[in-house]
Amino acid sequence: MAKDLRSILATDCGSTTTKAILIKKIKDEYRLIVRGEAPTTVEAPFDDVTKGVLNAVEEVEDLVHIRGEQERAIIKDETIEVPQDGEKGVDAYVSTSSAGGGLQMMVAGVVKSMTGESAERAALGAGAIVMDVLASNDKRLPHQRIERIRHLRPDMILLSGGIDGGTTKHVVELAEIIAAADPKPRLGSEYKLPVIYAGNKDARDAVRDTLGNKVDLIITDNIRPVLERENLGPARDKIHDLFMEHVMAQAPGYKKLMSWTRAETDSGNIEEVPIMPTPGAVGNIMQTIAKIENIEVVGVDIGGATTDVFSVFTEAQVFNRTVSANLGMSYSISNVLASTGIKNILRWVPFDIPESQLRNMIKNKMIRPTTIPFLAEELMLEQAIAKEALRLAFEQHKEFAVTLKGTQREREISEAFSQSTSGETIVNMMSLDILVGSGGVLSHAPRRNQSAMMLIDAFLPEGVTRLAVDSIFMMPQLGVLASISEKAATEVFEKDCLIHLGTCIAPKGKYKQGKIALHATIELPDGEVFEQNIPFGEIVKLKLGVGEEAKATLKPMSGCDLGLGKNAEIETTVTGGVVGLIIDTRGRETYFDEKLNKETMTAHIPQDNAMRVEALKKWMRALEVYPEEWLS
Amino acid sequence: MAQAYTPGLTITKSIILRKDRILPLKGDVIVKIGDKVTADDNVAKTDLPGDVIPINIANKLGIPPTDVLSKMQKKEGEKIKKDEPLAMTTSMFGLFKSIVKSPITGKVENISSITGQVLLREPPVPINVKAFIDGVVSKVYENEGVQIENKSAYIQGIFGVGGEITGEIKVLVDGPDAELLPEQIDTSCKDKIIVGGSLIRLPAIKKAIQVNAKGIVVGGIDDQDLKDLLGFDIGVAITGHEEIGVTLVLTEGFGPIKMAAKTYEILKEFEGYKTSMHGKTQIRAGVMRPEIIIPIPFKEDELKAKEKQITGLKIGSVIRIIREPHFGEICTVTALPEELVVVESETKVRVLKAKMEDGVEVTVPRANVEAIED
Repeated sequence: MAKDLRSILATDCGSTTTKAILIKKIKDEYRLIVRGEAPTTVEAPFDDVTKGVLNAVEEVEDLVHIRGEQERAIIKDETIEVPQDGEKGVDAYVSTSSAGGGLQMMVAGVVKSMTGESAERAALGAGAIVMDVLASNDKRLPHQRIERIRHLRPDMILLSGGIDGGTTKHVVELAEIIAAADPKPRLGSEYKLPVIYAGNKDARDAVRDTLGNKVDLIITDNIRPVLERENLGPARDKIHDLFMEHVMAQAPGYKKLMSWTRAETDSGNIEEVPIMPTPGAVGNIMQTIAKIENIEVVGVDIGGATTDVFSVFTEAQVFNRTVSANLGMSYSISNVLASTGIKNILRWVPFDIPESQLRNMIKNKMIRPTTIPFLAEELMLEQAIAKEALRLAFEQHKEFAVTLKGTQREREISEAFSQSTSGETIVNMMSLDILVGSGGVLSHAPRRNQSAMMLIDAFLPEGVTRLAVDSIFMMPQLGVLASISEKAATEVFEKDCLIHLGTCIAPKGKYKQGKIALHATIELPDGEVFEQNIPFGEIVKLKLGVGEEAKATLKPMSGCDLGLGKNAEIETTVTGGVVGLIIDTRGRETYFDEKLNKETMTAHIPQDNAMRVEALKKWMRALEVYPEEWLS
Repeated sequence: MAQAYTPGLTITKSIILRKDRILPLKGDVIVKIGDKVTADDNVAKTDLPGDVIPINIANKLGIPPTDVLSKMQKKEGEKIKKDEPLAMTTSMFGLFKSIVKSPITGKVENISSITGQVLLREPPVPINVKAFIDGVVSKVYENEGVQIENKSAYIQGIFGVGGEITGEIKVLVDGPDAELLPEQIDTSCKDKIIVGGSLIRLPAIKKAIQVNAKGIVVGGIDDQDLKDLLGFDIGVAITGHEEIGVTLVLTEGFGPIKMAAKTYEILKEFEGYKTSMHGKTQIRAGVMRPEIIIPIPFKEDELKAKEKQITGLKIGSVIRIIREPHFGEICTVTALPEELVVVESETKVRVLKAKMEDGVEVTVPRANVEAIED
C-alpha cells in the first residue's frame, strides 16, 4: 500500500510510557534515527492520549537536533505532518496501543478444550487479554457463568462453538447465557457490547434471534469449521476492527490519534493506517522473523502489567501467543511474588536478604511502578523477580501451545499401545532456533549479559539456541510498521532493533555431580581452538563477536543430549553476539514446585543456602553478569 | 529537552475539591445544582437488574425443547411469584400433571424453544450513591450522577484498603516518626480516624478494629502484617472492597517510613474535624489513590478553582524520594542536569540533585521521586 517511504514515525502508547521512533531511508536502507519517550496521558489531568504522543515526538525532534542532524519538525499545528514536505513532516505515521489496559475479552465455546481453546487462540492472537473462557462443559452452573460475565465486564465477547453442521443447542445455550447477563462494556455507557459469533453456521439465525437486540452482534466465519482445522483469521480481523471502532475509540483522545495515523500511498493519496493493539503488533514481527528465516522462534515481551509469550513452531509455522495478564515488573510485580512464592525468587539472589525486606521492596515497586533500581542489590533483586515472571509466563505458554485437541492423528504401530493423545505441547526447546526478549527489564538491563542470563535461567533453552534482545524496546512499533512496509520493518529490526547476544549450548540431561556433561571442540575465528571436557554445573563463556561464526564439535556425555540423542555428537556452526558463546552444563532436571503443585524444569541450584549463593556467584562471574565487587 | 510530567501526591491545607459521584448504571439523580449536602446524603439512585435464574423446563418436564412454549403458564415479560406454576404438562386426559414451580419471585425473561431453557430474573436491586463529602452540588450529569464541590484540607495517600468512611480525626502519636502502638488505642477511638506516624503493626490494627475505630492513617505497614490482616497476598493493587472492619490509608509506603511532616501537621491541625476517607487504590489504567478529605467552611464564591496547572520539576520543587537509598526523605530540588548519569546499579538515567531536610545533597534518578503538590 505504502509508497517508497522516505521517513516514518512510529509510536507505541503503552500503559505507562509512550514511545516514539523515527526511521529514515538512508541511501537504500531504512535505519532508526532516534527514539523518544514520554508518560502516557490517557488519565487525568490530561485525559488525552495525543498529549503523550506529542511529548514523545517533541523529544524525538529535540534528539534529532542534538545529534547535529538537519533540524526536523514533525509536529505542525499540534498534529503529525504527513507527508514529508522538504525536511518537515514524515511520509508515514503509525501507532500501536495498549493504553487503558488493552483489549479485555471473554471467549465462549462448546467444548472447553476444543472450540473454547480455538476461540482463546483467536483472541490472544489478535492482541487481547482473555479474562475467562466459558464453555458448556466448564463445570459451572448457568447462573455462575452469568454472574461471571456481569462481574468481569469485558470489552468484547467472542462466541464460538460447534463445527459447521454440528451442535446448535449448545451454542444457543451459550448465547442465552450472554443475553441473560446483559453485559455492559467497561468503557462508555452509550454503546452496546460487541459480540462476535464465529461458530456453527447453522446456528446463526438462532444466535441472531437470541442476541440481536441486546448486543452489537457481528457474525463471521466459524473458527473451527471442521475438527481438524482452525480458521482463526476472519475472527481475528473482526476483533481488530471492533477494537478500533468501539474499545479504543472510547479512550480519551483516541479518535484524534486515529485520524493522525496515515501514510502516503503509491498513488500519492494519504490513507489511514489502523492503530494496532501492541501485542498483536509484536506477534506480527515475530511471525515475520520466522517466515523470512524459516526458523522456530520464541519471543517474550515482559511489561509492567503483563508478560506476553509468542512462539512459532513446527514446519507449518504454527503461531501462538499467550498473555499472562498479571505477571509483570511494575503493576503486577507483587503478583509474581504471590504466584511463585518468596523462596522461588530468593533462589536467584546471590546474597542473603530478610524476607520482610524483599516483600516490602516488591510492594513499594507495585505502588510506585515507574521507579528504577538505584542500588546494585535492588537491580539484582528485580532481575531475580523477572526470571520468575518469565518462567511462569513460559510455563503457561507451553500448556497452551498444543496441537489441535479433539482430532485423531495417524499413529505408528509402536505408538498405538502408548495411546498418546493429541493436545501435546508443540513447544520444543531442543529444536528452537532463536529466543528473543523484549520489554523494559530485558531491553534496558545495564549489561546485555544480564539479559542473556535472565533468558537462559527462565526459559532453559536446550541444545543450540541463539539469543537476542530488542535493543530499546521497539518491537511493537516495528510490528505495526510491517503492516505497511515489511522492508522498512525488517531492515530496522535486523540492523537496529535486534541485538544478538550470542548462542547458548546446553546439553539436556540430568545433573550428575562430578561427571562430564560435554566435550566441546570449538574453532574460533582467530584460529584458536577451545577444547575442553566440561563437567556438570558450569557456565563457560567464550568470546565470539557479533557476526562472527565458529565451527563447533560437541559431544554430550553422561547421558546428555544435544538433539541427536543421548551421547550423540553434533557438528554445527555457532554464531556470536555481544555476550559471546555460552556453554551451560547445569543440567535440565525436574524438581517439584509446591506452589504450582507440579514438576517444573530448572537448572540445577543447590538447596543449601550457602552452596546456592556460591553457585550463583560462580555462574554470574563466568557470564560476567555483574561487576566483581557486587559478588565479593 | 521536552519536559516530562512527574507524578505527585497532593497534600494541602486548602483546596477546592470536585468529586464526581456516578451511578454504576443509568438511573435518577435526586438532588439539584446548588443543593447543600452532607456526606451521608443520597444523591442518586438506580436499580441494578436482578440476578438471573435459568431453569431447563424441557429437562424438568421430559419434553422436547420445541414443546416448551406451549407448556408455559407464563409468557415472556410476565411477573411470577415464588412457587407459582411456571410450566405444566398433563397426561391421561388431565389426570396426571407435571408442574414446574417458580423458585423465585420475579419475571420471566426468556423462553427458548431451542434449548428448552427458561430464564427468570429476580426483582431489581436498589442502589444509592451517597455524597461522601459535605459540600454543594455543582453539576448534574443527567441520569448518571452529580459533581460535588467543597473546600477541604486534602491528603492523597499512596496505598489503602477498605471502603468509604467518615469520622473525626484523632492523632495518637507525638510525631511523624513514631510507631503507633496497641496501648495507645482505647475506647475513645470508637468511630474515629486514628493517626499514627511511621508504622503500625498487626496487633495495633487489631486493637483499632476491636475498639471500632473507623479508619487508620499511618506512614507505613509491613507487608507481612498486611497479608496476615487480609488473609491473602495482594497481587495487583486494586483495592477498596476489603471488609476488615477498618479503612487503612498509608501515606508513604511499605516498611517503617516516617510520615511526611507536612502530612502530619495537617492531620494534627485538623484534629477533631469531620473527615471523609477511603482506601480505594487502583494503580493501573485510571490511577486512583486513597484520599483523606477534611471539609472546611467556605463561601460559595470561593468555589471557583483554577484549572490545575501541570508543571514539571523545577529548582525549588519539594519532592519525596520513593526508592532506596533515602526512601521517604523529603527534599528540595537544587539542580536538574540534562545529561544522562550512570548510577550505582550501572543504569544510565536522567537525574536530579536535591537537598534533604538535614542539608545533605543527593543525586537521585528523576524516576525515583514524586512531587509533593500543594
